[in-house]
Amino acid sequence: MPQLTRWYLRAAMLHLGGALVLGLLLQLPQIRATLPFIAVMFPALLHLLVVGWITQVIFGVAYWLFPRYSAEQPRGSERLGWITFVSLNAGLLLRLIGEPAHQLGRDTAGLLVASALLQLVAGWAFILNTWPRLRER
Amino acid sequence: MPKLSVWLVRASLVYFGIGITLGAVLLAGRGLANGPWIAGLRPLHAELLLYGWTLQLIMGVAYWILPRFRTGPERGHPTLPWAAFGLLNLGVLLAALGTAPGSGPSGMLLGRGLETLGALAFVAHALPRIKAFGTR
Repeated sequence: MPQLTRWYLRAAMLHLGGALVLGLLLQLPQIRATLPFIAVMFPALLHLLVVGWITQVIFGVAYWLFPRYSAEQPRGSERLGWITFVSLNAGLLLRLIGEPAHQLGRDTAGLLVASALLQLVAGWAFILNTWPRLRER
Repeated sequence: MPKLSVWLVRASLVYFGIGITLGAVLLAGRGLANGPWIAGLRPLHAELLLYGWTLQLIMGVAYWILPRFRTGPERGHPTLPWAAFGLLNLGVLLAALGTAPGSGPSGMLLGRGLETLGALAFVAHALPRIKAFGTR
């Protein structure tokens, strides 16, 4: 298993753990009443699961197991792979801060735009690196 | 990777690219504009990423890696999985059009129906391949 895949899977598990804890906290009325920042984190919970966990596991396993690009670059561009990993996780973390703060009335436009752009870069970098590996054999 | 898997995974990547671009507009728009037209993109964002990306990617990878048959076509008769590919994509397109403001319920209903038929066609293909390696 390549090093980048190990990082993807470890980060994915961290996001899964965080999402499960957050889901638990959101079910506790005392927490929702005393910690408004947590109370507005349901969209963040969804994206922790769908982006941080599911998408990241897909990225890591696809990078590892999809058909080889070439003998010299079996997994395509390693640089694009790392750009995907760093952008995805940085974008998601910015969202975890910016979205609840925005819900509570703070001006977090810069954080939200940065988060959106980072996740967009991650997704398209993954597509660019994966597309040429999809070949019939 | 077999031809059908290449088509399924490539189609899923197309939906993924469009879906995440819509997601970025939704997220950035919350900070910048937050108009009702931005929130109206959310059903399309979810449709493309859940049915077009996730479901289709899983179908593509499953068609590729599930155990093969020892006799006859190694991945079974290709009619059902190709039908699944066509039905699912037609369904996603119709359901996506059905998320447009002012569109009636018929487009979404037809889209969902085709997506369901596509998924069932794939299940009918894949069930016999869920077996121990090297058997049958």
